[in-house]
Amino acid sequence: MPHDHSDHPHSLLPPDPALRVKALETLLTRKGLVDPAALDVIIDTYENKIGPRNGARVVAKAWRDPAFRQALLEDATPVVADLGYYGRQGEHVVVVENTAQTHNMVVCTLCSCYPWPLLGIPPAWYKSDAYRARAVREPRKVLQDFGVTLAENTAVRVWDSTAEVRYLVLPERPAGTEGLDEAELMALVTRDSMIGTGFPRTPDQAAP
Amino acid sequence: MTAPEPAFSESWHAQVFAVTVHLNETGRLDWSDWATAFGATLKRHGLDRSLNGGDDYFIAWLETLEDILAALGIAEAEELSRLKEAWAQAYLSTPHGAPVRLAHPS
Repeated sequence: MPHDHSDHPHSLLPPDPALRVKALETLLTRKGLVDPAALDVIIDTYENKIGPRNGARVVAKAWRDPAFRQALLEDATPVVADLGYYGRQGEHVVVVENTAQTHNMVVCTLCSCYPWPLLGIPPAWYKSDAYRARAVREPRKVLQDFGVTLAENTAVRVWDSTAEVRYLVLPERPAGTEGLDEAELMALVTRDSMIGTGFPRTPDQAAP
Repeated sequence: MTAPEPAFSESWHAQVFAVTVHLNETGRLDWSDWATAFGATLKRHGLDRSLNGGDDYFIAWLETLEDILAALGIAEAEELSRLKEAWAQAYLSTPHGAPVRLAHPS
């Protein structure tokens, strides 16, 4: 149905699910179960405050500080909580380290469990059936689709997230990054490199 | 460099997400139960087609939340459908550009 905006007499009708959400929100608000102001805070937090920069900071610290790295690999949850990264979907965080022998990648075959406090809301591809089904079945092919080619003798290990355990990949530190400070290293850490579907940038690819 | 993707591509995705997180924060919804129920909905929806992780993902999310709240006796389907119709009417009767508000329940 064509819509002519200029002489539109009434507001555009939102799509069906949007109206269903409005109905739900109205009902729950009237029952005192939902506070609209709290919803705004939640949305602002996930849209603007929580994102892959949190995870990138953890990775950059681990690259620079062996004691931090060691503590992170032993029990990540309290270590990242000390940095202020805790809360829903971050209750139990496990950090898995990439090495020349092993490449780790993370999936949630059940739904879309993801370490929110460290990476924010997952991208659509992480939530897609295609990724969720194929990551376990043919991880090397999936990695190829992401442009990640591994050496023949590098094993791929796939970690299936649950509502209880969330994984963060600690990627290998790129060569030629000696002497970079934390902020410079953070700029090299991509979201995908912390899911295991990408590599960190090299210094010459660094974001401006 | 491409711009970062927004966390939510539609505002209703953000709204239904926030309602769910809020209900969990206030102790009405256990997150493990939520994940199990949501996983089951996704599986059911994905049986005859491949979900792309966008709109279809949040439609499954919404359906799961509606089902859980109905089962808990918190939000009856009938009442939701009445409110949905009231919202649709509010949109259709509000001049373009004016804020859309629901008439107060009588």
